[in-house]
Amino acid sequence: MEMKNEPFFLTTVDKFVRWAQRSSIWPLTFGLACCAIEMMNLVAPRYDSSRFGSEVFRASPRQADLLIVSGRLSNKMVPVIETIYQQMPEPKWVIAMGACASSGGIFDNYAIVQGVDEVLPVDMYIPGCPPTPDAVLDAILKLQKSIADGTAKGGVVERA
Amino acid sequence: MPKPFVKLLLNEFPDDVSQLDTPFEIPQVAVKPQALVEVCEWLRRDGFNMLLDLGGVDYLPRTPRFEVVYHVLDVAAHRRVRLRVSPENDDAPEVPSVGHVWPVAYAPEREVYDLFGVKFTGHPNLTRILMPDSWEGHPLRKDYPLQGPRGDAEKPQPAQQGRFHAPKLEPRK
Repeated sequence: MEMKNEPFFLTTVDKFVRWAQRSSIWPLTFGLACCAIEMMNLVAPRYDSSRFGSEVFRASPRQADLLIVSGRLSNKMVPVIETIYQQMPEPKWVIAMGACASSGGIFDNYAIVQGVDEVLPVDMYIPGCPPTPDAVLDAILKLQKSIADGTAKGGVVERA
Repeated sequence: MPKPFVKLLLNEFPDDVSQLDTPFEIPQVAVKPQALVEVCEWLRRDGFNMLLDLGGVDYLPRTPRFEVVYHVLDVAAHRRVRLRVSPENDDAPEVPSVGHVWPVAYAPEREVYDLFGVKFTGHPNLTRILMPDSWEGHPLRKDYPLQGPRGDAEKPQPAQQGRFHAPKLEPRK
């Protein structure tokens, strides 16, 4: 959908709604471990994520659309993250940021869930330990593109 | 050369305390579990008012298998001592709790119970502190598999499981 400088434009409701959704994705503050530091870098001025629509990172899941799981998910945390995910209103998306959220990372042990997708439906996986903030931005932009196409749902979309 | 207070300690409890080698300049003594409370109370009265740490060790091929190590500090006089306590029974290891001497000990005792299975008698709340409450097993023992219960299953790697669809969550009840 393009905005041209004309007095009116034609679109479908679907496309308009999807444009609104992807242009204002508000993530939830869900930093679990070291990837949270890189998420902080993401909202810092250099790699500003709010220029792509994530104006605020909401602390309450009731007001957020995107759950960026940044860090290791331990077995003890699984009921908590399920509760938080269920509290988010639809439409909601999940980005698994970093190696630990995608697959357990280097922690192949008794305490860490081997990939957040054992628990939640994930839309984007970002490799890296931690991924650089521009990798996370790349994932957010790819997620926006997939929302525009209408293909964003739980499961693998493409590798960021 | 043992410090003077160590000699006093050894004299006070001749049967229950024995000197060990001192590799890192902290004098260490082995204490029998049944005498631990008396020794700790004696130390506290002598001025050792800070318990720095309390940890567990699993020396598996050795019997006794477990050991609980206490680091105690006298803040004013800069004295340190390390106590090593080995519970006798390997299958149901028990050590008296020293929380009434140094209340800070209650939390690390829960940690040693959680990760090694050593019970601390007299502890007001001996429950798991790091692992989930319903966890079975004591992860830091030497015979516990690194991957936990997952390690026994013969599952292929996630990429080979064809795990391209994440599980759908059940609707909230």
